[in-house]
Amino acid sequence: MRSEYDTVVIGGGPAGLAAAIKAKELGMSVLLIENREFLGGIPMQCVHPGFGLHYFKEDLTGTEFIHRIIERFRELDIEYYTNAHVLEIVPYSYRHKILRVVTEEGIFEVRAKTVIYATGARERHTFEIGITGHRVAGIYTAGEAQTMMDIYGIMPGREIVIVGSGDVGLIMARRFTLEGAHVKAVIELMPYPGGLTRNVVQCLEDFGIPLYLSHAVTRVEGKKRVERVIVTKVDENLRPIPGTEESIECDTVVLAAGLVPYLKVIEKAGVKIDPATKGPVVNGYLETSVPGIFVAGNALVINDLVDYVVEQGEEAAEGAYEFVKNGGLPALKWRKLVKGRNIRLAVPHYLADTKDVTIYARVAEPEENVKLRFPEIGKEIRLPFVRPSEMIRVKLRGDEIARAEGRITMEVVRDE
Amino acid sequence: MSEVKKFRLTCIVCPLGCTVEVTIEGDRITGVEGFTCPRGKEYAIQEVREPKRTVMSVVKVKGGTFPTVAVKSDRPVPRELIPKIMRELAEVEVEAPVSVGQVIVENVLGTGANIVATREA
Ligand SMILES: Cc1cc2nc3c(=O)[nH]c(=O)nc-3n(C[C@H](O)[C@H](O)[C@H](O)COP(=O)(O)OP(=O)(O)OC[C@H]3O[C@@H](n4cnc5c(N)ncnc54)[C@H](O)[C@@H]3O)c2cc1C
Ligand code: SF4
Repeated sequence: MRSEYDTVVIGGGPAGLAAAIKAKELGMSVLLIENREFLGGIPMQCVHPGFGLHYFKEDLTGTEFIHRIIERFRELDIEYYTNAHVLEIVPYSYRHKILRVVTEEGIFEVRAKTVIYATGARERHTFEIGITGHRVAGIYTAGEAQTMMDIYGIMPGREIVIVGSGDVGLIMARRFTLEGAHVKAVIELMPYPGGLTRNVVQCLEDFGIPLYLSHAVTRVEGKKRVERVIVTKVDENLRPIPGTEESIECDTVVLAAGLVPYLKVIEKAGVKIDPATKGPVVNGYLETSVPGIFVAGNALVINDLVDYVVEQGEEAAEGAYEFVKNGGLPALKWRKLVKGRNIRLAVPHYLADTKDVTIYARVAEPEENVKLRFPEIGKEIRLPFVRPSEMIRVKLRGDEIARAEGRITMEVVRDE
Repeated sequence: MSEVKKFRLTCIVCPLGCTVEVTIEGDRITGVEGFTCPRGKEYAIQEVREPKRTVMSVVKVKGGTFPTVAVKSDRPVPRELIPKIMRELAEVEVEAPVSVGQVIVENVLGTGANIVATREA
């Protein structure tokens, strides 16, 4: 092992692997650090299809998708550690960072010119979604349940209630049913399902699993293990309506209530956070507010598709390459990307005209027959519909960005 | 004059999720409407005749990196056979090493589909 790398990648999921591959292809010295006992991140536990339609132009399962990426990673002979957790990044100078890493053999330090942060997301837990009651066995996040079932072959329970009807919750409902468990209900706070209609059809309707819309799980009860949950109707302000409580007997509660970028390590290094994405504020090279620290994948913004995550990994590696080559990114004229009508979040936050940039955004409200508009640069794109659960991905070319003097607004407007 | 039945279904082929309506007179399909692309039409006809799905699971592995290996059917199988296939897969145990794409069960329940590995083990 060398003592200093051009780039150290933290996280061995699709974002980190893609970043490491690109960095190596660009001729950089690369080290990748992953804290689980295997490479691959979330897709390793996803036995269902739906991965890689854009990137490989094939519908692969999560495991097949990541297998291809890992093969490429191995071909390039990139140095890596598994079972190694990055504790801290010390940005001790503009051009150098020190990483403290714990492994089975002890703690070591590694120096890096750049860091690509790709630690993915963490799952929201009971306390964040207002579930009270007993802290008993039998409460799992979707990711935990998936890892138990699909990697270690252990059934988490038999009588299941799932909280959250996003694609993750829906896919878990099907997975449990196929394995012979009884999914009693999927509980959704909003008046509409969070996931794609196709998943409601093939994951719930196929198996006759009831979906409770405008309902919340407010309490978990049990002595040693979950015995029942209390489900309550909510009003239009999402507040529980007294007197509508209903009890559902079950031995397991699975939380599929959304993801939050996992930033513990990078936050300590002092990066600026965007309250909308809950990820770091970045420029068009996916560099954070700490020079030389780049970020990609779910740690940057929660992505629907692994294809976007891989693309961000590659972008971050290109950013890191520019940084190493020039001893820092050149001072550029940054234009702030401003969220206009019906845009809830958008990354990157600052754009320069030196390169084409891919923007990832989410709307606040579902709408039909709309236009996506960038008024300052005179760009418009027609969209048949926008939905909060589906990310918008759009490319701005350098020469388009150059047309704006100051800010660039992104907005959704009705298509008259 | 034979009975006319209409089926409304959501196409599950791509994320758009179009609503497709199939009209059946007797045992003849006389109309398919609402699809945006030909794959949706094909899906809807298949769905009213014989719904099919890809089935996925994990099976036990002896001597591998993980105790299980992920598998799927290499083509869609009749939906009603899925519980039976799952029960069959619960009995399967394979020896490591397993490579991606390796056939784990050939022609499962005579469906013509093979169960193949989707992860290494
Ligand atoms: C149930 C489910 C279903 C999904 N279905 C689909 C689908 O059908 N199609 C699709 O395209 N996408 C799907 N996705 C989304 C896709 O899996 C994610 O977008 C993608 O995995 C994110 O990649 P990532 O590399 O950013 O993060 P991750 O895959 O989470 O990888 C991050 C890695 O970093 C490691 N790490 C974290 N902190 C540290 C540290 N301090 N030191 C060292 N290592 C660390 C973690 O252990 C992890 O392995 C699904 C996700 C889930 C949860
Ligand atoms: S009909 Fe075509 S466009 Fe519509 S959901 Fe099906 S595959 Fe997608």
